[in-house]
Amino acid sequence: MSLDDLYRRVIMDHYQKPRNRGTIEDGAVTVNLNNPTCGDRIQLQMRIEDEKIAEAKFVGEGCSISMASASMMTEAVRGLSLDDAMKMAELFSLMMQGKDIDPESYGLDIGDIEALQGVSKFPARIKCATLAWKAMEKGCGECKLKSE
Amino acid sequence: MNEHEIRKSFPILHQEVNGHPLVYLDNAATSQKPIQVIEAIENYYKKNNSNVHRGVHTLGNRATEAYEGAREKVASFINAGSSHEIVFTRGTTTALNLVAQSYARAFLKEGDEIVITPAEHHSNLIPWQQAAKATGATLKYIPLQEDGTVSLENVRKTITHRTKLVSIAYVSNVLGTINPIKEIAHIAHGHGAILVVDGAQSTPHLKVDVQELDCDFYAFSGHKMLGPTGIGALYGKRKWLEKMEPVEFGGEMIDFVDLYDSTWKEIPWKFEGGTPIIAGAVGLGAAIDFLQEIGMNEIAAHERKLVQYAFEKLEGIDGITIYGPRKGRSGVITFNLDHVHPHDVATVLDAEGVAVRAGHHCCQPLMKWLNVTATARASMYLYNTEEDIDRFINALIKTKEYFSHVLG
Ligand SMILES: Cc1ncc(COP(=O)(O)O)c(C=O)c1O
Repeated sequence: MSLDDLYRRVIMDHYQKPRNRGTIEDGAVTVNLNNPTCGDRIQLQMRIEDEKIAEAKFVGEGCSISMASASMMTEAVRGLSLDDAMKMAELFSLMMQGKDIDPESYGLDIGDIEALQGVSKFPARIKCATLAWKAMEKGCGECKLKSE
Repeated sequence: MNEHEIRKSFPILHQEVNGHPLVYLDNAATSQKPIQVIEAIENYYKKNNSNVHRGVHTLGNRATEAYEGAREKVASFINAGSSHEIVFTRGTTTALNLVAQSYARAFLKEGDEIVITPAEHHSNLIPWQQAAKATGATLKYIPLQEDGTVSLENVRKTITHRTKLVSIAYVSNVLGTINPIKEIAHIAHGHGAILVVDGAQSTPHLKVDVQELDCDFYAFSGHKMLGPTGIGALYGKRKWLEKMEPVEFGGEMIDFVDLYDSTWKEIPWKFEGGTPIIAGAVGLGAAIDFLQEIGMNEIAAHERKLVQYAFEKLEGIDGITIYGPRKGRSGVITFNLDHVHPHDVATVLDAEGVAVRAGHHCCQPLMKWLNVTATARASMYLYNTEEDIDRFINALIKTKEYFSHVLG
């Protein structure tokens, strides 16, 4: 168990300097999620234009892993179609299960998110990393339902 | 008391975790089990297993004796007036829910008050929220003092002639505070209210005498005091238990059953519907034997010494915040490290083989009161040693260094 697998420099960087922290004034999909066992919480807002995530922002409270994951996720989904964002969430979930994944075969650019791979070796912390992704999936799902 | 000798009875403590000898400091969540308890359960299943209160055969008799014998042990452990005042439950949560469902819902009405504190575990909070909603009673909170303790002055100010029920933990699972139960009972009774005590964190660590405390109900769990999970008890004064209706109906708890009406067994059996947790009760009985052989006062003194020792060491670390009072607390230390989330603290400690808890500890209103979302908590028990504390402190210093490094 190497802590450095978990606390990678990029992760700590996102934790200290979260990207897309804040709220979107109007016209945004809003999802509130919390992790009832530890009290971490997130509010994710996404502005959807033409079935694409034009912007994603979050506020919340939580550990380094949950906040860094939210920061990375909001970066990664910007500009993606709802379908691609959901595909990325699926990819992330596989990654948390320790599966060897190849983002290229999904045609997705996961950027910094790869740094979270190490979380899969810390089962107690997987929930921390997935909170923001669950929120994003939920938001996309709601949007799709509305547009149908 | 010799903790090094005691440790020999706990096989689980003798292992490495993540390459380091295990230091188990999550005892407020659940304690480890001595071999004597494990063997008592094994022995019961190997030799005596049978259902209770029904068979006329030998095993049925043995099982009944083992189960009822455990009840006697519980009664004498907390000095109940009689074993009839001990109802076996799944734990503290079910015991408190039994009081809320049976006593509170039947005897409280609109305009009455239920009084608790903001420091309560969810198990001693939500049942009262629900009872208040069901009866129209008002839920009121005794304000905490700045250091998290409960003052008798605030108790006197909050309890009124409308108060029918007061429920409070003897020992807080977060702040480690020890509440003045006897005095609170006196104040509550002066207003005609009853006192319910959440004994989840006191029963494992202090000598408890329910008659001396003069509480009306007292709830606790076996698993936090060396016993198995799934068993606990509710003590209730006979006069209340006799007036109360069961909340679970079915086998075991009945006297006569007719097509349209039935009658119940006497106390405590009317509250124990269905086949009970027999092996669990046997394990709890063995745990009580183990604790009594050492002596509850000795255990309490050992933990006081350890917590004192830990405080002295912690004071040398800057950037640490400790919640709750310094003095008069049990072996629970809840803290935060500046700039590091408690989950991250717990993960690094775990990498050093040190098990602590991080989160809200089922006390969300208290976390709000402390103005934090979560904390880390190290909680001790009779088998912890000064070396454990040293290892914990060293791991904590490493944690600080680690994060000052990765956070740059
Ligand atoms: C103060 C307090 N009350 C109630 C409980 C609930 O105990 P159990 O989960 O065994 O029912 C606990 C333990 O988590 C506790 O610490």
